[in-house]
Amino acid sequence: MTHAAPLKAKPINPTANTENALEVEHLQIAFGPLQVLKDINLKLKKGENLVVLGRSGSGKSVLIKCLVGLNEPDEGKITLQGKDVSTLKDQDLELARQKIGFLFQGSALYDSMTIRENLEFPLMGKIKLKEQEINALVEEALGNVGLLDAIDKMPSELSGGMRKRIGLARTLISKPEIMFYDEPTTGLDSITSREISHLILEMQKKYNTSSIIITHDLECARITGNRVLILKDGIIAAEGTYEEIKNSKEEWISTYFQE
Amino acid sequence: MENMIKQASVPPSVKKEVSSQAPRSWDRVQSSVSAFFVEMAQIFRFTVKFFKELVRRPYEFGETIRQCYIIGYRTLPLVGITGFIMGLVLTIQSRPTLKEFGAESWLPAMVAISIIREIGPVITAIICAGKIGSSIGAELASMKVTEQIDAMRVSARKPFKYLAVTRIIATTLMIPILVIFSDIISLMGSFIACNLQGEVSFTLFFYHVFEKVNFIDLIPAFIKTIFFGFAIGLISTYKGFNAEKGTEGVGRSANSSVVTASLLVFIIDMIAVQITSLFY
Repeated sequence: MTHAAPLKAKPINPTANTENALEVEHLQIAFGPLQVLKDINLKLKKGENLVVLGRSGSGKSVLIKCLVGLNEPDEGKITLQGKDVSTLKDQDLELARQKIGFLFQGSALYDSMTIRENLEFPLMGKIKLKEQEINALVEEALGNVGLLDAIDKMPSELSGGMRKRIGLARTLISKPEIMFYDEPTTGLDSITSREISHLILEMQKKYNTSSIIITHDLECARITGNRVLILKDGIIAAEGTYEEIKNSKEEWISTYFQE
Repeated sequence: MENMIKQASVPPSVKKEVSSQAPRSWDRVQSSVSAFFVEMAQIFRFTVKFFKELVRRPYEFGETIRQCYIIGYRTLPLVGITGFIMGLVLTIQSRPTLKEFGAESWLPAMVAISIIREIGPVITAIICAGKIGSSIGAELASMKVTEQIDAMRVSARKPFKYLAVTRIIATTLMIPILVIFSDIISLMGSFIACNLQGEVSFTLFFYHVFEKVNFIDLIPAFIKTIFFGFAIGLISTYKGFNAEKGTEGVGRSANSSVVTASLLVFIIDMIAVQITSLFY
């Protein structure tokens, strides 16, 4: 994939869009005696890319898993498009999940299925689609990530970068309104990482999704983030645009950027 | 004096260790017992969830049939070979004893009753617990540790329904069929064994078999194989869904599936024999 002009997310004017796609209030979670998230408050605006930075073990993945319902928080409120997730019944929760997409750190492609079956899988549980419509959606999703040739391959035949792209295509095939990316560039070389970061940005523009991107890759944060948060000791310790965070006078933040 | 020297030579830290060993091992016993009951409760909840999801829409017919094919058809060769050897060996081993009592003509009936009532179902179920149990346990555990099950959950598909319910249905349906297949092959093995050291026609062999084996012998044996299948499917999916600690957990889950499912087969068999003996 080539990019004529370097893409970079522009900061969103906070007054331009007041509608929140997701809101988190006083989120807390502990595993045994270890308090991983102490008091998390965040708002994701519609059409915004929000990057959450943090060191390994700072609770980034736990946070994102709480947001999609894979981990149950001990305290706090998560409001997804105006609905409190904790009050939703199973069926409503499933409907809410149809509006979200999650790209896992290891892509989580289904090993026993071909790429085509992997992409068809999320569509099967939703509205009844004809075979032709499903094929068209699969081909469109693979075309978006530039991997139409891999349609009949097995996940084991693909490289790490290709698996990430297929994972992204599988997530985007059901046209989610909110995307969650868990370490999208981990384990990839710098060129592939940049390609994935640009792809995230392209997809945001194409489908107008709101996204939360969990990463410790500063380059990915720079390219994709409209706004950046830094998670430290279970709380959000800093917030701003990438440039604001980078130019911060706080010693611990500048150390973070020097590493 | 010697006792005093012995006592003095034991360092105080060691003494403390020795004295604290008893409560520590008691703690260990307590935690093992509580872990056992917690696991029992979890298996019970898992079973209840299975029955709830079994009747709830949507039904995963396609995946159930695929699993029946994988579990049933792909296990046929193993079950067939084992069944054949079982019939052959049992006949060869039993012949000398029966010959001693001049009861050689009872050989087909004796082997048939042993195979149909007991050996066929139990040995086939143990083989299936090894092959199918380890395969389901390892596959689901690997899916769990690589977040594939979570990926299904966030894509608004029900992983329990798609992965567990389909596999439990498949084992419950396929293991009785595999046992019947194994019984037939075992009798063929027995027929060949009878012909290795004598000459018995196919018709005469099966005349002797069906002279003693009644239809009523088949029913309890068939019913217990349904429970064997259910237990193997349930335990292996449970172990797979509850795998932890990365790739190490995958191995542990596969191993634990086989061990627990095999043990359950024997326990179910023991209960089934007790119940059957009340009626016959």
